[in-house]
Amino acid sequence: MTDDSKPPNARTIRVEALCRVEGEGGLHVRLKGDRIEDVQLTIFEPPRLFEAFLRGRAIEDVPDIVARICGICPVAYQMSAVHAIESGVGVQVSPEIRRLRRLLYCGEWIESHTLHMHLLHAPDFLGFESGLAMARDWPEEVKRGLRLKKHGNQLLEVLGGRAIHPVNVCIGGFYRAPRREELTALIPDFEWGLQAAIDTVRWVAGFDFPAFERPYTMVALVHHEEYAMNEGRIVDNRGQAIDVADYERHYQERQVPHSTALQSVRMVDGSSYFLGPLARVNLSLDRLKPAARRLADELGIAWPSHNSFHGIVARGLEVVHAYEEALEILKTYQPPTPPHVAYQHRAGTGCAATEAPRGLLYHRYNFGDDGLLTEAKIVPPTSQNQGQIEEDLRHWLPRVLDCDEDAMGESCAHLVRNYDPCISCSTHALRLTIER
Amino acid sequence: MSAMKPSLGVFKFASCDGCQLSLLDCEDELLAVNERLHIAYFLEATSHVEGGPFDLALVEGSITTPADAERIRDVRAQSKFLVTIGACATAGGIQALRNWADTPEYLRTVYARPDYIQTLDRSTPIAAHVAVDFELRGCPINKQQLLEVIASFLAGRRPRTPVHSVCLDCKRRGIVCVMVARGIPCLGPVTHTGCGALCPSYDRGCYGCYGPAAQPNLVSLTNQFRADGLSRDATIRFLREFNAYAAEFRAESDRLEGYEQSTQT
Repeated sequence: MTDDSKPPNARTIRVEALCRVEGEGGLHVRLKGDRIEDVQLTIFEPPRLFEAFLRGRAIEDVPDIVARICGICPVAYQMSAVHAIESGVGVQVSPEIRRLRRLLYCGEWIESHTLHMHLLHAPDFLGFESGLAMARDWPEEVKRGLRLKKHGNQLLEVLGGRAIHPVNVCIGGFYRAPRREELTALIPDFEWGLQAAIDTVRWVAGFDFPAFERPYTMVALVHHEEYAMNEGRIVDNRGQAIDVADYERHYQERQVPHSTALQSVRMVDGSSYFLGPLARVNLSLDRLKPAARRLADELGIAWPSHNSFHGIVARGLEVVHAYEEALEILKTYQPPTPPHVAYQHRAGTGCAATEAPRGLLYHRYNFGDDGLLTEAKIVPPTSQNQGQIEEDLRHWLPRVLDCDEDAMGESCAHLVRNYDPCISCSTHALRLTIER
Repeated sequence: MSAMKPSLGVFKFASCDGCQLSLLDCEDELLAVNERLHIAYFLEATSHVEGGPFDLALVEGSITTPADAERIRDVRAQSKFLVTIGACATAGGIQALRNWADTPEYLRTVYARPDYIQTLDRSTPIAAHVAVDFELRGCPINKQQLLEVIASFLAGRRPRTPVHSVCLDCKRRGIVCVMVARGIPCLGPVTHTGCGALCPSYDRGCYGCYGPAAQPNLVSLTNQFRADGLSRDATIRFLREFNAYAAEFRAESDRLEGYEQSTQT
């Protein structure tokens, strides 16, 4: 790995592909002696050009099509899409449909968060190459995690038809409301799951967290009376609160040569910002459901936390919250009639942001009175976090410069995984290359 | 011990990750699969990475970049039994909509600096590049069918995955026909089974996730769509979704488009 053409104090370290993330990309670090010259999160996920081919499609096709941006969080794409289009055509859904959408999102948060916690992230803290390898020493924890993950998928299957690319979401609501008994059948499993999720949070809160506090600008939707999923204002921890409709006036995408994903910055000063479960817990701590809220205080973590390694704990708290909220909805569910609200085509523009498992997901659509799109804009959470991840790495690398290159690479990859990056989404990734 | 187990490689090209996620979604079977197969390459699941050869390769995604067109040849060369999973790998996926468009214009739409991006003008299925031993359809694939593929590979037999149409599944399940009873356009009569007639069971028409069934009669179906009042453009859009570039769907959407052109001239 030494390159003779370089000066002796410069070196290159390569970790070809970052593992245990969704999608593919890497990391490129250039060092000169102990000086970090450049850090790039390189995303080599092939571009699929959704925003281009969405033009000319009917608004009714959008929830099905944008789901295919990401197999891990299709519901997030469907939710941001239907909310955006509904705001453009002037649809107001009923409270029952609104609750059912929250229930669907609970399923996705449970499925996505428990996947990341158990199979992708916990192995970093415990020193394994995978969740499957970890299962040899931690069989009960891994099995419990898989069972929780299955619950999330079961909820998606009942409500959405299937866990990956659900078929039941439409503009105005759902194609068909589930029958009461289809949903109530899930209650016993979810009662068990709530307790198991609490045990899981206690387990992950006992991991060894590096002291790595950073002065992040944390951004999330905040809703005045509930833990925000589908609606709210876009709030940061520096006191800014904006309407979703003003998103594009405050946050801007820019392109960098090393990535097929666009990166986002705050327009006020070009700085990076932090999205995801940790930002949400920090900004909406008191809107967590009671068991999750109490648990947050028992863990020995001072909230708000600015240590990205605590992301796994925040993810766990959201799983507990999702179980509590899902149980409330399951126990009181009555099928909404009709299952979807009717609307007329009209020309317009609509935007919305919802909280994908990995953070804020913004969509905007322009369409004509024929119901066909003329423009689509989609800003996924991972492209918004990408700049923040690079900045974290610049501050983290000095701590690991003395490590051998494999250890250094793994350590950086762990830091990247704190963000649960979804690279399939962000191109709408990760190869580690370290040049010294 | 692990040297005795057949090795598995899971490879991703242009895709959403959903089909390989189907393997991790086999929550009840995942640990057993790990007992029977040696996971040698599966970036999404493990940091443990080995080179080939691989006894079984699962390939997700379509070919859209020059680098990927090279990489799939390498994967093929290292793999004894190569299975493509999902509509991207078997038909080019939703990103194959560029095949009817001006791809440089698409790039300019999405990227301020399209010159930073390397991509091909077309999104093509894996079988357009290398020999494929088995294709598993779906957007996404059905995880039970994926387990069937893995189990049959371990047993040394062909996977048993039926090829009849979604329409037949509705009849079997006793689902009232959404098209006959309610006039909702449905691709069920021409779409490959695998989902269990999911969409009609949720009161909507099939939108063709699993691609064309064996010997589909597209012309007859699109004639019926027209009789039911679906416009030609809407019919073309209907056929041009996740399996747009699959041969039978492609031929029919092209025929409908050409029909208009020939009547205009």
